[in-house]
Amino acid sequence: MKKQINLTKATKSTLITVGMVVVAYVILQILVGAGALSSLMKGLLVPLCIYAIMAVSLNLTVGILGELSLGHAGFMCVGAFTSAFFSLCFKETMAAGPRFLLAIIIGGAAAALSGLLIGIPVLRLKGDYLAIVTLAFGEIIKNIINVLYVGRDEAGFHFSMKDAFSMNMASDGQVLINGAQGITGTPNDSNFTIGAILLVLTLIIVLNLIHSRPGRAIMAIRDNRIAAESVGINITQFKLLAFSISAGLAGIGGVLYAHNLSILQAQPKNFGYNMSIMILVYVVLGGIGNIRGSVIASVILVLLPELMRQLNDYRMLIYSVVLIGMMIFNWSPKAKEFREKYSFKRLIAKKTEKEEA
Amino acid sequence: MKKLVSLCLVLAMAATMLVGCGANEEAAQNSAGTSESAEGAVFKIGGSGPTTGGAAVYGLAVQRGAQIAVDEINAAGGINGFQIEYNFTDDEHDPEKAVNAYNNLKDWGMQIFMGTTTSGPCVAVVEKTNEDNMYQLTPSGTAVDAIKYANAFRVCFSDPGQGTKSAQYIGENKIATKVAVIYDASDVYSSGIFNTFREAAEGYGIEIVAAESFTSDNKTDFTIQLQKAKEGGAELVFLPIYYQEAALILSQANSMGFAPMFFGCDGLDGILGVEDFDTALAEGVMLLTPFAADATDELTTSFVGKYQEAHGEIPIQFAANAYDAIYIIKAAIEKAGATPDMSVSDLCEAMKAAMMEVSVTGLTGTEMTWTEEGEVNKEPKAVKIVDGAYTAMQ
Amino acid sequence: MSSFFSYLINGISLGSIYAIIALGYTMVYGIAKMLNFAHGDVIMVGSYMAFLAMGSLGLPPVLAVLLAVVVCTILGITIEKIAYKPLRKAPSLAVLITAIGVSYFLQNVALLAFSANTKMFTSVIKLPPIVLGDGSITISGETQVTIVACVIIMIVLTTFIKKTKAGQAMLAVSEDKGAAELMGVNVNGTISLTFAIGSALAAIAGVLLCSAYPTLNPYTGSMPGIKAFVAAVFGGIGSIPGAFVGGILLGVIENMSKAYISSQLSDAIVFTVLIIVLLVKPTGILGKKISEKV
Repeated sequence: MKKQINLTKATKSTLITVGMVVVAYVILQILVGAGALSSLMKGLLVPLCIYAIMAVSLNLTVGILGELSLGHAGFMCVGAFTSAFFSLCFKETMAAGPRFLLAIIIGGAAAALSGLLIGIPVLRLKGDYLAIVTLAFGEIIKNIINVLYVGRDEAGFHFSMKDAFSMNMASDGQVLINGAQGITGTPNDSNFTIGAILLVLTLIIVLNLIHSRPGRAIMAIRDNRIAAESVGINITQFKLLAFSISAGLAGIGGVLYAHNLSILQAQPKNFGYNMSIMILVYVVLGGIGNIRGSVIASVILVLLPELMRQLNDYRMLIYSVVLIGMMIFNWSPKAKEFREKYSFKRLIAKKTEKEEA
Repeated sequence: MKKLVSLCLVLAMAATMLVGCGANEEAAQNSAGTSESAEGAVFKIGGSGPTTGGAAVYGLAVQRGAQIAVDEINAAGGINGFQIEYNFTDDEHDPEKAVNAYNNLKDWGMQIFMGTTTSGPCVAVVEKTNEDNMYQLTPSGTAVDAIKYANAFRVCFSDPGQGTKSAQYIGENKIATKVAVIYDASDVYSSGIFNTFREAAEGYGIEIVAAESFTSDNKTDFTIQLQKAKEGGAELVFLPIYYQEAALILSQANSMGFAPMFFGCDGLDGILGVEDFDTALAEGVMLLTPFAADATDELTTSFVGKYQEAHGEIPIQFAANAYDAIYIIKAAIEKAGATPDMSVSDLCEAMKAAMMEVSVTGLTGTEMTWTEEGEVNKEPKAVKIVDGAYTAMQ
Repeated sequence: MSSFFSYLINGISLGSIYAIIALGYTMVYGIAKMLNFAHGDVIMVGSYMAFLAMGSLGLPPVLAVLLAVVVCTILGITIEKIAYKPLRKAPSLAVLITAIGVSYFLQNVALLAFSANTKMFTSVIKLPPIVLGDGSITISGETQVTIVACVIIMIVLTTFIKKTKAGQAMLAVSEDKGAAELMGVNVNGTISLTFAIGSALAAIAGVLLCSAYPTLNPYTGSMPGIKAFVAAVFGGIGSIPGAFVGGILLGVIENMSKAYISSQLSDAIVFTVLIIVLLVKPTGILGKKISEKV
């Protein structure tokens, strides 16, 4: 009997991570209810979920699969645009609840599919070359969306890759995707509860994958590809599995993003390589392969520049110094020595030593 | 362990910031709560725009232009006897960050919102100001959707307005019939003007011989776009873009030996102020703009003088729009007889009604009035650059 | 036909600038095995230095360029000493993120120091344009100098690496750091030297870039930086002739797709070509083949 109650280490760790998010959610909801949360914090709740989902999903590629991807924002972009397009089409004809649910499924599926299609050629490459190709794909996705025009009138949908004018729509037609001007008027369906649920789902999917048979196969590929191959693991299949799940989850992050703002444009800032790198920063800082760390790091790093608003002009400068400082503090040999000398454990150990003596 | 320590460090930093914020909030709540007593009460005007990143030049101009107006008004005794407190925050030209910036201003206790500077973020923020029913006046958000609710107004022209007016001006004054356009397809402002310009062009007998675009990732080399315009036999090149790119286009056209006429909109203003720009290149450039920094009227010279003294630069049109925005807010408050102890929503309702009645003369227009849609009625001035200075055209 | 020729010349000129920047990426990558994302911003600093030297100090163009080169060299070495050296044993991702931090840092310092306003860069090149084919083709002075400078830099750099002791040390370090150290090569010195050369080249590239496309703001360097990075991978990262070939090809493809396909899709086309090249030749056009060890 006792054995069955005992949870495995893996399940425990999953429970702790998920529990952390749930507790944070409950506390924040209470604070919101009590009116103790500032408007800034209230506005940041959904973005926090979005970036945490993005970081966790990228960690699946970088930490578990062991491949550096610099195009993660591209999948977010696919998820955002497909779902926003869907929501805009059915804005009047469907209730908000089922529409958003469908939008999430569509956005996630579209991103996963694009992850699969891109993964087939890309995952043949290795290391920095793979990184640059993912960066290239991310930029291509952004570029194509920026020249895409889609409109709708009585005759149905019209497409163009040139400009809104050449769609030849009837005069009462509605432009849905207006090239670089993107999609405006997406219903604001995202809220903190849905964000938190999606984050928990993301965590459960990723953590379960890690602790499952396919997950161990994926990590075996990461640690030694040739050894993994020699014991009969189908490398391409498992790599693609991890990559497209990661892309699909990023797509869900994109769905949340698209439905949080009434305007959606594919700009270098939100869907370019800058964003991919930003998310990579969260992953590295949280610890590569450490899912819980990704959540914590993304929360801190999203909050940091927002909370520094009083510093005005010096805000981003200080942010960059903090970034460099943290990296050096974490990795430099001198800092390591320093930490060892003055670490808590050591100090406590010294104290007990003295006491014993 | 090491990660734990660094995370702790960051947390500690974040915590101090939070405390800082908390204190501010309290102050804000206090002022909101106790502002019934007229003494010490102030109008809290917030603004936002990019002060970092590639679009920083616009946000900074708005921030500084508005600051001059605020200082002038405060020195002259404020609005209805109440001083203005002004806070401007960075939105990085990103819709998501703009919403954060707006929320941050709300925490500070903002009652009136003068923003955002750029169009895309404005579309996202107007959704929030509408929810809160906060009065919003954008100095320079040109997109149609940027002021789609009744609580939002603007100082500048809308994109369609500028496109049509440009086509009309070129057509009616018979300046050219073969026109090439070079526009920024990734920019709402630029492509918005271009679209309406093209719709209107035919009606005025203008033939568009080349419509070439560029994107924000690719805005250093315009030789190809110019080459196409040249091959199309364009007599005039229409540039519905900002002056930084226009300055490049002019110098590259010059080195190609291509010398058509150039025509632009208000985004082109500022071209003469670009440091080290050879103004001879801009000779003969025509633009429709509500503001010219070297106009000789008293208001403009005083504004430009103050701006230059404070920041060592000639103000661009964004700064002028923001300066006017503060005075428009002042006029609306005075008309409505509003006081700072009114709630945000009441203030908005009062000012909305007052906006239909005010008529403001500022840097960017004389006797400006507003429609219920929030659009401004004012005449654009057509100016031509002659001998390195703007001269009015008829 | 004449327009095709001028598109081509412009493409080569743009590509030459990419090539010079890509050299910096490729050398640093070859030796330190890191992607120096701050390289693009060193270009921006170089351009500002030349701009200030000519504008405020009134120096002649040649001295201004020299000053820019000196400042950037010092900057490059300093960045390496402060931000990258402590991380030599850290995972490459940690260094990548530090480089991004440095990039943000340089941009924001420039924003505070020089303001966001675009500056018009006065070209340092005063050569008259060459006019061909009764005026239908003009090759500007900037284009001529850029292409010539790129070729000279290539030749000098290749000779330096092949013929001098320091150059050989660079090769040795890039081949095997540990073995080079055992053979008495000063590894730290060599890495510093690499950063110094890369940053000096960045300064030259910055001046050429701003002479050809004369606007300057704190974000001037980031897009050419990322393009040059792509060019370096294109040609095979770590390879000096690769950077040259990759840069020129990238410039020409970019210009040709702008001219004949779509100016909005030119980046997408460049990246598509890159992907195809890498799928056919996974280490770039002139990259070394990596043999797999079991």
